[in-house]
Amino acid sequence: MSATVVDAPAPTAMDRVRTFSARRASVLPTLAAIVILVILLIGAQAEFGNFLSPRNLSALLLDHAYLMVLAVGMTFVIVTGGIDLSVGSVMAFTGILGSSMLASGTPVWIVIPVMLAGGAAIGTLIGVLVQYFNVQPFIASLAGLFLGRGLAYVVSLSSIRVENEPILWLQQTRFLIGDWYITPTGIIALAVVAAGAVIMALTRFGRTVYAIGGSEQSARLMGLSVARTKVLVYVISGLCGGLAGLLLTAYSGAGYPRNGIGTELDVIACVVIGGTLLTGGRGYVLGSMIGVFVFATINTIISFMGAEQSWTHIIIGALLLLFIVVQRAIVARSDRRT
Amino acid sequence: MTVDTDVPPLVSMRGITIAFPGVLALDGVDFFLRPGEVHSLMGENGAGKSTLIKALTGVYAIDSGTIAVAGEERRFDSTADAQAAGISTVYQEVNLCANLSVGENVMLGHEPRGRLGIDWSAVHREAAEYLASLGLHLDTRSPLAQHSIAIQQLVAISRAMVLEAKVLILDEPTSSLDRGEVEQLFTVMRALRERGVAILFVSHFLDQVYEISDRITVLRNGRLIGEHLVAELPREALVTEMIGRELDELSAISDAADRDIDRTGTPVLRAAGVGKKGVLEPADLEVFEGEVVGLAGLLGSGRTELVRLLYGADKADAGSIEMHGEPAKVHAPRHAIDRRIAFSSENRRSEGVVADLTVAENMVLGVQAQRGWVRRLSKAEQDAIVTEYMEALGVRPADPHVPIGTLSGGNQQKVLLARWLAMQPELLILDEPTRGIDVGAKADIQRKVAELAAKGLSVVFISSELEEVLRITQRVAVLRDRRKIGELDPTSVDLDGLVDFIAHADHDERSVSR
Repeated sequence: MSATVVDAPAPTAMDRVRTFSARRASVLPTLAAIVILVILLIGAQAEFGNFLSPRNLSALLLDHAYLMVLAVGMTFVIVTGGIDLSVGSVMAFTGILGSSMLASGTPVWIVIPVMLAGGAAIGTLIGVLVQYFNVQPFIASLAGLFLGRGLAYVVSLSSIRVENEPILWLQQTRFLIGDWYITPTGIIALAVVAAGAVIMALTRFGRTVYAIGGSEQSARLMGLSVARTKVLVYVISGLCGGLAGLLLTAYSGAGYPRNGIGTELDVIACVVIGGTLLTGGRGYVLGSMIGVFVFATINTIISFMGAEQSWTHIIIGALLLLFIVVQRAIVARSDRRT
Repeated sequence: MTVDTDVPPLVSMRGITIAFPGVLALDGVDFFLRPGEVHSLMGENGAGKSTLIKALTGVYAIDSGTIAVAGEERRFDSTADAQAAGISTVYQEVNLCANLSVGENVMLGHEPRGRLGIDWSAVHREAAEYLASLGLHLDTRSPLAQHSIAIQQLVAISRAMVLEAKVLILDEPTSSLDRGEVEQLFTVMRALRERGVAILFVSHFLDQVYEISDRITVLRNGRLIGEHLVAELPREALVTEMIGRELDELSAISDAADRDIDRTGTPVLRAAGVGKKGVLEPADLEVFEGEVVGLAGLLGSGRTELVRLLYGADKADAGSIEMHGEPAKVHAPRHAIDRRIAFSSENRRSEGVVADLTVAENMVLGVQAQRGWVRRLSKAEQDAIVTEYMEALGVRPADPHVPIGTLSGGNQQKVLLARWLAMQPELLILDEPTRGIDVGAKADIQRKVAELAAKGLSVVFISSELEEVLRITQRVAVLRDRRKIGELDPTSVDLDGLVDFIAHADHDERSVSR
């Protein structure tokens, strides 16, 4: 029997690397994402000279705050082995809904909770379909995608400007730290990342998310609350969709029903690049944040180069392919039973 | 019925009845489990063992009857309910999460929490303590997937300890363990019995049942046949109770297999120096017409690896294969099928049955694949195949249109055997065809193999049950540590001799005189 004995002789550096890679094979894809991010940043700096300026890096975060929030929600869903295609249109729907309510004079302290609740409601619907009606997550969230987009068009067919002070404050306020700056939207995004990471790593709910992704049947037989957890991850993703709607509305100063078309795929790409396995069971919220930074950096490099934005998608596509292959290899290796 | 009334039962199941569409899976069964005993639940596949266990663990709702735990009547609507009542289960396919660490699997759902959420160092410390109490010293931070099934099973038992289980159900825990691992499991079981845990044990290995159990309850066709103390139940009586008919059959099979094989001609299969680096050292194997060659050895000794090379499921990097004296390139299962070699994998569930298809569809799958999908089998051809093999192998239930997933393991195995036989193979490779199936179905399969061999089919037969290997083969090749170490004549060696050879044979090639 191959029991690893704990009280081994003093470990050498090599042993430590081996123990680490055996224990934490699942962080390797995330480490790879970090390496890629660093290479991209250094390469961009070498090419453009002014890429690594605090100003540019701050913008990197702030331009993609909504994406980061969506990626956190998506990570929960994907780690259970599900998928949520609805997030882009949920973001558009809550954005346009909020803008229209503000335009008609509804106070902001009602509007924001309504936006969040709207996102959570669509998430709940998807979760219930998945859990209690046994609908494939792909199909259930596709229904959510159409529903969200349809509702967005019902609210308005054209863009609605937002002139509400508190909402604009979210984007226009700049807290300066030296040459760095951050807006309340950026702070919200980072707070969501932190909250997501803590929930995943340090709560029983978070561990149940991982257990379901490992084996749903096992999780059920272990007596974990599988049904509640599976619904909740979609609620969280929907909630993140609603919040992203708020952030994007603040960022662009308007609600627009055609926002976020295809964003769900960007989000999934960021999450996978950040090291989350599409089949579930492995992944980190912080990894997804790295994934968003990789996406954002490529986006920014492309615009620095003045090239077509479609190149972003080509490069992201190639990276995605690379990461999926790398993940397969790592999973195949670490799952080999000794 | 001998019911010991000294100790009040911890679990009392009375008059349990569960009906599935068309089947009465359990019919008024009583079952009692006392603290500090190992109680084996015996019966053929389809006898109702799994159903009874699932009733006790809250997976199935009972239609009538009562379940009482520690004198208190309970109703289990989910596994969580059963666990709350102190009933934990370790299944044959370990139900843990391979993506998580050993420690987390032990503690999942019961992690110690500090002010900031789960306290991971406490999780691993406590997990290590629970594991150590079962004599296991593992790196609790290592992923579960890196450990063998045996270790995973012990981890699952440790988890039951975390739940403070008073009742531990072990459903076929030993079917994929080797001898040493079984010993380790038994040591743990004895320790738990000492602590007063009531253990419900299910195994198809009679030796193990007699070694570890205090009491045996026998089910047949969903009914209770009897409850006995082990000491008062001779094996023959147990088997008779399980099967419901006297079993002279096994000795009949043995007699049928006891024939001389003409090894003067060209063998059906000759493998010379077939091997693969890191998988199997080059090995020779010959199989003659009508011969059943057994492969014996411990798990991981290279048995499965050898046949996978012969079948082309893995590609050999050394050696050559001849069929009927002609060189044959077998680099993929397709080549093997073209040469009429059929291979039934040991992984019945993942590499064999297609659970959602019906019995009939599963049976004709092989023939259809062989013909190519363009030339579909006609309905009449399909029916002919299905009727023939349903009958010949005694598949139960005798309805070819139910999904195969609803059949018991033994019957699924019969359907798989039918699938390969329908392809009219010249060489049939069976990898653990009788693992995890009941005595009756085992006998059926062994008899069928012996019959087919007598008619000229060549068979390579792998089994961990050495008695079975000795019973139906005419030659046994023994492997150890990914190397073929010799061949034996089953008529000239008994079980102990074979065990001895597997364990101790020196490294010289030993061959039996023919």
